[in-house]
Amino acid sequence: MSAVPARRSWPLYEVFVRGKRGLNHVHVGSLHAADEEMALHNARDVYTRRNEGVSIWVVKADHIRASSPAEKDPFFAPAGDKVYRHPTFYVIPEDVPHL
Amino acid sequence: MDETALAAGFDATIAADQRIEPRDWMPDAYRRTLVRQIAQHAHSEIIGMQPEGNWILRAPSLRRKAILLAKVQDEAGHGMYLYAAAETLGVDREELTEKLIEGRQKYSSIFNYPALSYADIGVIGWLVDGAAICNQVPLCRCSYGPYARAMIRICKEESFHQRQGYELLLAMVRGTDAQREMVQEATNRFWWPSLMMFGPPDVASPNTEQSMAWNIKRHTNDELRQRFVDMTVPQAAALGITLPDPGLTWNAERGAHDYTEPDWDELAAVISGSGSCNAQRVAHRRRAHTDGAWVREAAAAYAEKRNRAAVAA
Repeated sequence: MSAVPARRSWPLYEVFVRGKRGLNHVHVGSLHAADEEMALHNARDVYTRRNEGVSIWVVKADHIRASSPAEKDPFFAPAGDKVYRHPTFYVIPEDVPHL
Repeated sequence: MDETALAAGFDATIAADQRIEPRDWMPDAYRRTLVRQIAQHAHSEIIGMQPEGNWILRAPSLRRKAILLAKVQDEAGHGMYLYAAAETLGVDREELTEKLIEGRQKYSSIFNYPALSYADIGVIGWLVDGAAICNQVPLCRCSYGPYARAMIRICKEESFHQRQGYELLLAMVRGTDAQREMVQEATNRFWWPSLMMFGPPDVASPNTEQSMAWNIKRHTNDELRQRFVDMTVPQAAALGITLPDPGLTWNAERGAHDYTEPDWDELAAVISGSGSCNAQRVAHRRRAHTDGAWVREAAAAYAEKRNRAAVAA
């Protein structure tokens, strides 16, 4: 996500492109547009000139809420000590099949 | 967290050759260096449309017009990727455009040379885009994530630019004597400015060391220039043309070509504004920006009107 400019220019939109059927939309960059329709058209022209996508999402940059990098460690701490969430935590005899 | 701890985190990320992302803490000087470099790079793409755009209507066939149009569109796109990357550092795009048209930010000095003949279009693709690729490929591993990602996209597309130029030149050197002369003459004019694209020699490039310590730059100016010379020599031979440097010889001991340094006074002069097209390029960009003002305002007014209607409904 990008820093949001506060001045006269058109609002900033973040652009997400689905490369092909079966894949998630992935963030590819940002652009300015007066409205959502223009953002979609500009996104097509800027980010998919070589068939890079089959679907585009645009969303106003200031509508994105992001976790703070400064509190990265405490924010993700709940997952840190739960090794039992991983299959490798469990010791199973090697001769038991399909586990 | 206090600044010392934040700085230690930044240094550790750089030391591990990992990427810095927009909301990470970074030293002010790192941010300033990136804004300056990315903005200059973005401006170069935008100004770079002018010498070639001038030839779209005069390209000799529909095929050549379509190719040149696509290339110029790519350059607009590359400018947009780069402005987007610069904005993640907290600068405003409008402000960058203003700095360009007021002459307060630079763009690559190569675009202050005119494209005088159609052979220039081929030579620009071959030498200018070839030099740009040498500069840009290592930037795909730049420590600043958004810049590195933009460069990956750009490098994929630049390869078309270089190949279309070289193919155009191949077609011309297989043509008439007059066409071969045009190619040679264009090469003579663009060779030295292309060497200057890598920047001043290492001894006169004070920012290189810090940029390399930050993993923004991966190679020095002279290393990249040497790589470009070595790449270009066999390409010139395949075209049957001569590079205009009598000092250009293979040095078996170094495993590289010796070459004559370009005229660094000329580079300094062009950067400081006395190139043959500096004023014209900036004036054209300023005019396009001013002439487009009513479009930007009208689109914003229309969006606002539709928003009001949507709220009322």
